[in-house]
Amino acid sequence: MSISIDEVKHIAFLARLSLTEEEAERYSNDLSRILEYASTICKLDTADVPTTSHVIEIKNVLRDDETGNTLDRETVLSQAPSSDDACFIAPRIL
Amino acid sequence: MNPYNNGEHVCSPLRFLLKGISAGDFSSQEVIDHYKSRIEKFNQKLGAFLFLNPSDSFEDGSLKGIPIGLKDNLVTKDMPTTCASKILKGYIPPYDAHVVSRLRSSGAWFPGKLNMDEFAMGSSNEYSAFSPVRNPWNLDCVPGGSSGGSAASVAAGLVPAALGSDTGGSIRQPASFCGVTGLKPTYGRVSRYGLIAFASSLDQIGTFTRTAEDAALLLSIISGHDQKDSTSANVDLPDFSAQLTGNIKGLKIGLPKEYFSTGLSDEVESAVKKAVTDLEKEGAVVEEVSLPHSKYAVAVYYLVATAEASSNLARFDGMRYGLRVEDGALIPTYEKTRGTGFGAEVKRRIMLGTYALSAGYYDAFYKKALQVRTLIQRDFISAFEKFDIIAAPTTPTTAFKLGENLSDPLTMYLQDIYTISANLAGLPAISIPCGFSKENLPIGLQMIGKPFAESEILKAADAYQRITDWHLRRPREFDE
Repeated sequence: MSISIDEVKHIAFLARLSLTEEEAERYSNDLSRILEYASTICKLDTADVPTTSHVIEIKNVLRDDETGNTLDRETVLSQAPSSDDACFIAPRIL
Repeated sequence: MNPYNNGEHVCSPLRFLLKGISAGDFSSQEVIDHYKSRIEKFNQKLGAFLFLNPSDSFEDGSLKGIPIGLKDNLVTKDMPTTCASKILKGYIPPYDAHVVSRLRSSGAWFPGKLNMDEFAMGSSNEYSAFSPVRNPWNLDCVPGGSSGGSAASVAAGLVPAALGSDTGGSIRQPASFCGVTGLKPTYGRVSRYGLIAFASSLDQIGTFTRTAEDAALLLSIISGHDQKDSTSANVDLPDFSAQLTGNIKGLKIGLPKEYFSTGLSDEVESAVKKAVTDLEKEGAVVEEVSLPHSKYAVAVYYLVATAEASSNLARFDGMRYGLRVEDGALIPTYEKTRGTGFGAEVKRRIMLGTYALSAGYYDAFYKKALQVRTLIQRDFISAFEKFDIIAAPTTPTTAFKLGENLSDPLTMYLQDIYTISANLAGLPAISIPCGFSKENLPIGLQMIGKPFAESEILKAADAYQRITDWHLRRPREFDE
């Protein structure tokens, strides 16, 4: 398996990670090696095997529709990098 | 007051301290002061604690102020919680994790937050953004990871017990490297509410103690159904301590042949086999078993865990908490914040997971891994038709040197080869000390149980600790 530096940059964009050129080169090597190792599973015949994304049998967990407590707004906003009395403040989107 | 040498053969510090406080031999405050002075004296050498609690206060409850260490991925409303990451430096969560509130209302005192690999990603604790942790048995060696701070602090006697989390071996591997008892309960046994998520289908909170007896005591406090974690199981809660009878006559133990092959060090192999023979002498029945898909576990894990991590860690965007590095508009700010705030290993895993989930590779990697996960789980289901527990080494070798595996991520991943399958199948598993290498480094015996059968592995571990004294050994450097 070989993951090119361009592919690394594309994945980094999807993951919203800024990378330096040096990092892109290192991850190109690392990902190639790790995926090479991981691709050993590709040889297994799994045509009739269902997937397991969760190991215990739990389905549709719902709670009673009752009003509960929420976290205090001031406490939550106190941890934000930027906020006013009522909102998180984010940079402009466009 | 010496919780580690009181004449009893199975010396469980938690039980000893509770008994002593009840009998009036010493006070809760004396216990707190004892551990505070040990932390003050030894923490710098070990790097186990990232934050020390300035307050001595604790609530009324059965634990009577006994110190319990907390891995720094468990959120605490009165102490910073960083996951040993720059992206969460100084973050003070607005609520307590479920296990933290359970312990708090049971009267535990929290000495502080324990170091770990950043976001629990690592097997050596060298990926902490703040400082490495050192192994109390040899300061040039790693304590294991990712719960390295939890393991080292219990091994060196800086706390009588601690909590950690285990996604692919992060409790059992450091417990093995540091010579303590590490329990990963069944997936769903302990609520993950307030455990900062790494890989949600694998993560589970568990305990670090000196003995199985103390693990049972702590597990009974933290386990049980919780409405706030929709994956928490609503199942019967046995009295874990009452099951520790010492009687393992007729217990059927399977030895997976795939775990005793290439890559396993001779010293680890002979210590583990000797331990199994000791259990046989106590009446257990031991036979070989096959778990044929074991060789695929590491590959499956590093696809599934990274895919889940890439999604879970999307929340660290610099908007609501943690670090923000402004770079004009929103998307460049996300990229800069995450590029600066995450360490190299975390970024590597986010990239790997994003790749495995991306268009064109999803079927070949992620979906395939979930199918092979089913095969691994089936191996255990069929083994458990014949056996009560599976016994194996916890790790292929004893603790390695700091820096030894840092240059090659794949070598580091292969450290988890014997521990990962229990996470993929959601099974309870424990690591207990079963010997020492020529270099005087601890060796761990792993026992894996059926779903929700923590009692069985705890009983076997306790029976072993009644007839051996490996769990009583302590690193001399940390004596008073």
